[in-house]
Amino acid sequence: MAAGPKLTAKEFKSDQEVRWCPGCGDYAILASMQSLMPELGLERERIVFISGIGCAARFPYYMQTYGMHSIHGRAPAIATGLAVTRPDLSVWVVTGDGDALSIGGNNLIHALRRNVNVKILLFNNQIYGLTKGQYSPTSVRGTVSGSTPAGSVDYPFNPLSVALGAEATFVARAIDTDKPGLTNVLRRAAAHRGTAFVEIYQNCNIYNDGAFDFAREQKENRLYLEHGSPAGETGIVHDETELATAFALSRVTYETHGVVPLGVFRAVERDSYDDLVQAQLDAARGKDDLAALVASGDTWDVG
Amino acid sequence: MVKRVEQLESVVIRFAGDSGDGVQLTGSRFTSETALFGNDLATLPDFPAEIRAPAGSLPGVSGFQIHFAAHDILTPGDAPNVLVAMNPAALKTNLGDLPKGGTLIADADAFSDRNVKRAGYPANPLQDGSLDGYQVHAVPLTSLTVGALKDIEGVTSREAERSKNMFALGLVSWLFGRPTEPTIAFLETKFAKRPEIVAANVRAFNAGYAFGETSESFAVQYEVRPAPLTPGRYRQITGNQALSYGLIAAAKLSGVRLFLGAYPITPASGILEELARHKSFGVRTFQAEDEIAAVGAALGASFGGGLGVSTSAGPGVVLKSETVGLAVALELPLVIVDVQRAGPSTGMPTKPEQADLLLVLFGRNSESPVPVLAAATPGDCFGAAIEAARIALRYRTPVYLLSDAYLANGAEPWLIPDVGAIPRIDIGFAEPGDGEFLPYVRDPETLARPWAIPGTPGLEHRISGLEKANETGNVSYDPENHDLMTRLRAQKVAAIVQDIPPLDVDHQEGADVLVLSWGGTYGPVAAGVRRVRRSGGRVSHAHLRWLNPFPRNTGDVLRSYDRVLVPEMNLGQLLKLVRAEFLVDAHGYNRLRGKPFKASEIASAVRALL
Repeated sequence: MAAGPKLTAKEFKSDQEVRWCPGCGDYAILASMQSLMPELGLERERIVFISGIGCAARFPYYMQTYGMHSIHGRAPAIATGLAVTRPDLSVWVVTGDGDALSIGGNNLIHALRRNVNVKILLFNNQIYGLTKGQYSPTSVRGTVSGSTPAGSVDYPFNPLSVALGAEATFVARAIDTDKPGLTNVLRRAAAHRGTAFVEIYQNCNIYNDGAFDFAREQKENRLYLEHGSPAGETGIVHDETELATAFALSRVTYETHGVVPLGVFRAVERDSYDDLVQAQLDAARGKDDLAALVASGDTWDVG
Repeated sequence: MVKRVEQLESVVIRFAGDSGDGVQLTGSRFTSETALFGNDLATLPDFPAEIRAPAGSLPGVSGFQIHFAAHDILTPGDAPNVLVAMNPAALKTNLGDLPKGGTLIADADAFSDRNVKRAGYPANPLQDGSLDGYQVHAVPLTSLTVGALKDIEGVTSREAERSKNMFALGLVSWLFGRPTEPTIAFLETKFAKRPEIVAANVRAFNAGYAFGETSESFAVQYEVRPAPLTPGRYRQITGNQALSYGLIAAAKLSGVRLFLGAYPITPASGILEELARHKSFGVRTFQAEDEIAAVGAALGASFGGGLGVSTSAGPGVVLKSETVGLAVALELPLVIVDVQRAGPSTGMPTKPEQADLLLVLFGRNSESPVPVLAAATPGDCFGAAIEAARIALRYRTPVYLLSDAYLANGAEPWLIPDVGAIPRIDIGFAEPGDGEFLPYVRDPETLARPWAIPGTPGLEHRISGLEKANETGNVSYDPENHDLMTRLRAQKVAAIVQDIPPLDVDHQEGADVLVLSWGGTYGPVAAGVRRVRRSGGRVSHAHLRWLNPFPRNTGDVLRSYDRVLVPEMNLGQLLKLVRAEFLVDAHGYNRLRGKPFKASEIASAVRALL
């Protein structure tokens, strides 16, 4: 993409009043994104944020770019149509754990499978915030919530394992308040051609406060992954190009290992869906005579 | 042997056989021959949803009806004059439609004891005298075919047997004096990679033709002269094909990228497959993981400045409703095509109905007006698609285009349009300007909002399914603003009336009965009206293309007749609207059989009101 004008973080702030609860982890993510944007060298008008429904889905309002706040679970599908029609754009999806993994699960995994050129940021707070605190598909078992007063009984999704199961070509994790770690992951996601999937641990201080304190507050439990280096005491040497390694690392949790891997789990190059579509269009270009099209096949004359 | 040639004005032939018998191919080849010969024609492919039900079973019977004539016609015909039955099951399921005295050609070889029993006959109907009222030609089609092909190398006996449909086609082609060259050329192209299969099919076809010429069973050959159609160049077209071409044309006329999001569903899949073949026009087709993603992706394409289209049938359309509602709120162009099929839930996937009208008009939460139009004939799907796109692009609104299973697969001769004469579609994307960009300021004439697409500097903005403040588009919970925005959205759709033609009435002097039809019933309704007039009855006919908004003169037209008949393949959906909107106490004629109306039943319904 052509180098755009030098902009500042301020120029990526829209004029809309931010309406998240005071203390919400979303503020930190928004600030990191706004300060990273100028560095990417993109023109603001070529950036689009698409979201579904939920607290995280308000994100596009606050970015001075093009944006659409759509309906529950559909952002990956909408972004796919946009990216395929407009390969010149930088398309970002902001979603939450309910939006991406419950109502939008099918659209998410198929976007990942296709490797559409879209960046998907999943703000995981393990709770439904906007509907006032029901358990979500990533809530830990036993979560006591408005809809599960006796504790939830179902097993949660591990978002990274799901994404890797769909063979996403870029999979990473970061923490809302860890600005360097988050920025690093977002920077690499932006540079990735294909679908980039980033799980961001995001604290909902109203309905699920402290869910990620084991890594957010106790920084000694963070395990920053480095390609080619041993991943802490796990016995795994990290290889971003090896799906099995990435999957094994996605199973490393605070509960199992006392540490939380952060950073890029997987990054491989694979043709993106929209690039392949464009290549087929380019190969077919030339014959676009409408008169010839409507008169194709057997014809006959009368009179 | 010189045979007598008898002139006929029109003929209806129905081919029927197992789903695997190649009945659809036989029918479409006969159609091509007939089109090239210059008759007017209409076809009705009628097949089960099952791809190949067990051989010889009743549910496995596939049919193809063609009506062709020396004058212009409007329907695939009420009842066949000639039935070609490839097995007992095909006879059993179709004989009821053949009037006494009609011609029956049956493959005698297929009437084995097993097949006869399987079809539920106590004894072989070709031998027990039960068909005495018909002109029966029991021809051993299979053995004649196998005999004709026995010295062609590389053709298995099974392949030889399977060529029997070409023998039947050859025989019927002789019977009605059809040209044979196009079919031979077609076979040479279709099986180009297997010369022995070309040889087998051509041989079977020619053998069938020669059998007609020489067999004493056939004493008369029939001639149906070419029809005096409007001069010009013609081709055959199905509704799905015409609709696809219309979408391509609309994208070209407006200069935007066409994006189709679709999920495979009968009977709409043909549009996805047709459009996928036209990448040279820059058409992007996206086979989505589900109906919801299909329309979501289309809306994403529209946000990016494309013409987003999603095609489906009723069961898929209901899944799209939430996204269509989003398009209403976003005020972005979107064309949703509903190729209607019969029944609630899965219903009868291959059969037509027109019972989704109220669904597309009202099947969304809250007040969410969507313009709706319906195609009248297979060829009309072309113009209807352009019209749907034109309104969607100009008014920044989702538009529902209704087709049905009959239009989708039915074929008719199509006067090839002069595409150069179709008006361009002027979009007027928002351009960078001075001052603050207001995404919900409206054009005073159309009430459409600006369409500002990503890539336009200075117009960065955010849109949402949340209620928006008038003009700024910012999120708003203001009570008066919501009332205003609700009314503005409704007024915008109502304003489309200025952009559509008035309702055209085929008026007959002295008529006090009006027949009001819409959608795919145009052919049989118009044919029924003609019949009534031929027998001295006075009746007028008007056909609605636009169902929302109704043409501006609709109420005046309806009120200028004493009685109004609304025939529909539903339980009275337009009827309800006519009563509610215009306070006209119209009469319904309603049948849902998964088959197009017959001209005769429409004529009877009209006569009952005269």
